Amino acid sequence: MIKLLFFAELEEIVGSRELTIEKGELTIVELKQFLKEQYPTLPVDRAMIAVNEEYVEDTNVIKANDVVALIPPVSGG
Amino acid sequence: MRQLENKLFLITNEEISIQDVVNKVVHPNAGAINTFIGTVRELTKGKKTIYLKYDAYESMAEKKLAQIGSEIQQRWPEALVAITHRIGRLDITDIAVVIAVSTPHRADSYDASRYAIERIKEIVPIWKKEHWEDGEKWIGDQLEKTAYPTGKPEEEHLS
Repeated sequence: MIKLLFFAELEEIVGSRELTIEKGELTIVELKQFLKEQYPTLPVDRAMIAVNEEYVEDTNVIKANDVVALIPPVSGG
Repeated sequence: MRQLENKLFLITNEEISIQDVVNKVVHPNAGAINTFIGTVRELTKGKKTIYLKYDAYESMAEKKLAQIGSEIQQRWPEALVAITHRIGRLDITDIAVVIAVSTPHRADSYDASRYAIERIKEIVPIWKKEHWEDGEKWIGDQLEKTAYPTGKPEEEHLS
């Protein structure tokens, strides 16, 4: 099981801040593909990905119980 | 509650006390304390904002603020840094962020403060939604950059 977090406009498109998916290991690329199929309007490629609160590369592997956040371009300050 | 308020890097729903943030960097070795106060502006590119809503991935945002603090201490080893960012609804002129940096000499305090606010706009997961008379929108990409192809900001985005 992997926990997914969505923020800002991504949260509005998905309709929820938090989702869990029943998957074991998968790469960021595979996760993005999965999300594009589930949510065709989600701007997945504009988002940075954080696993357990650290930004990661696309080649990273997500493991069970990881928390994966889609981080759209930030606008703090 | 007291403990929370003492955190050097803090996301809060409450009004920010500038003095509280400044107090966190007071030190006998400091000859300067530079304070940056980010406030909510009414007009952006001619469009009138009624109010803003800020949201954050709070736990990660505090970590990233702390990372900025570490980066500053690598560049300016004697600097002390405290940053508080407010989330929730903010009205025009409200304070969204306060950065306090103390250093032995004034030039470094200006440089480190500038560094902190630029980095906040690059790596800290905080978002603002502008509410206008005729609509609302999540704001992203204030730096007018597009996606981060490698999934995270490149070094060139970070300096």
